[in-house]
Amino acid sequence: MTEVQLKETIFKVLGQIAPEADLSTLGPDENVRETLDIDSFDHLNFLVGLNEELGVELPEGDYGQLTTLADIISYLSARLR
Amino acid sequence: MPSLGTDMEAGTLVEWLVQPGNHVKRGDIIAVVETEKGIIDIEVFETGVVEQLLVQPGAKVPVGTVLATLSTVGAPAAATVGVVAAAGSARAADGAGSQSQPSHAAPPPQAPPPIAQPSVPTTGKPQRISPLARKLAAELAIDLSTVHGTGPDGTINRTDVERATVARQATPQAPVPPAAAVVPPPAPEPQAAMRRAIAAAMARSNREIPHYYVQTRIDMSRALRWLEAENQKRSIKERLLPAVLLLKAVARALGDVPELNGYWIDDRHQPQEAVHIGFAIALRQGGLIAPAIHHVDLKSLDELMEALRDVIPRVRGGRLRSSEMTDATITVTNLGDLGVETVYGVIYPPQVALVGFGKIMEQPWAEHGMLGIRPVLTATLAADHRATDGRRGAQFLDALNRYLQEVATL
Repeated sequence: MTEVQLKETIFKVLGQIAPEADLSTLGPDENVRETLDIDSFDHLNFLVGLNEELGVELPEGDYGQLTTLADIISYLSARLR
Repeated sequence: MPSLGTDMEAGTLVEWLVQPGNHVKRGDIIAVVETEKGIIDIEVFETGVVEQLLVQPGAKVPVGTVLATLSTVGAPAAATVGVVAAAGSARAADGAGSQSQPSHAAPPPQAPPPIAQPSVPTTGKPQRISPLARKLAAELAIDLSTVHGTGPDGTINRTDVERATVARQATPQAPVPPAAAVVPPPAPEPQAAMRRAIAAAMARSNREIPHYYVQTRIDMSRALRWLEAENQKRSIKERLLPAVLLLKAVARALGDVPELNGYWIDDRHQPQEAVHIGFAIALRQGGLIAPAIHHVDLKSLDELMEALRDVIPRVRGGRLRSSEMTDATITVTNLGDLGVETVYGVIYPPQVALVGFGKIMEQPWAEHGMLGIRPVLTATLAADHRATDGRRGAQFLDALNRYLQEVATL
């Protein structure tokens, strides 16, 4: 899966969780939760959505590595190789 | 039209989900209503057969308007009990046993025939009023001094209040909540409407409720260690959030200090046995809703997580059930997702307490003469001083802390 496809998948999941958010304004180094105002419940749903779409395990201990869009893409692409 | 919260004055019937002749049982969703707080599924609170639908879809009617009539199963042959959508009003059974046609059977807004106001009792004895009647009267803004009691010793019971509601509906001059009497302004923005609803409830709270606050810092290291170990064993879908621990601990602590769970209605403290926690959920577009999570004390942590999973998307999608709008006996607001350390809440009337949680953050923590760093949660109780005193509030926070030190037993 290319980085572009990965970003599309992430946006698809985010779009289900925060349908009113304008994802095009989300910069690669911005904190996704803060920028889109995602609470802990929706954050968990976001990770569940990624897990369902991509089959990647996301242990709780790794949540800290999933803060920005760039972080999430690099974390996921490393595990999808 | 049931009152779906102290701040609601009117609702629009969106659709009926039942037809005359349908059998319904308590808790069934029979109609959909639109309010300032979104689309609400209306549950019926009696079992019976739908008799007549009195309000057409699309109609906006004030709280207290009879939406439909229901004949209850097993009632005496001729008795027809008026409905009752959730905590709503009802036409009362006619004591004489005749199947008297209610004067409002035609849709009420069109020039209802004038009927006599119930006579005002003028006895010197203090009026006896059943607790349910009191709660209903408060919800429907019925002045109990104008209600004629037909129960034992002239006690005002629920039926009397319901009858008074019907009378009010049929009498143009009857006192009705202000906004219900005037033609509503052109459809306001939903957000603006919710803002006004919150404004009304919170202004009433600050006007009427003498709040007191007590606060404590809770060491969350044991709770979080347990949660981390627990979540490691679970697939991502089954993971628990700290909020679930907090809700359950609040419910347990309310078992120790039950006075904080309940209502203050009509100058009277009315603690409730069932623990239904209103869990404040912020909407990203602004505003908030605190749907009741039912029987938190009786649910396991997994069941609570499931309940949140069920209710939160429905809050965001605007699809709650009437019982979720009305049943909360206390509110919990958790602003821990933001950087906030302390939450000083405003109690949602007629509740008597609100528990606020801030962010769990690492802080210096002195214990046994040693200084360490711990994840610390600040819990604040806002409580109604008419109902309880600071000492009971302190005991509640103490119990809350104790339960959060032994989360495995929650």
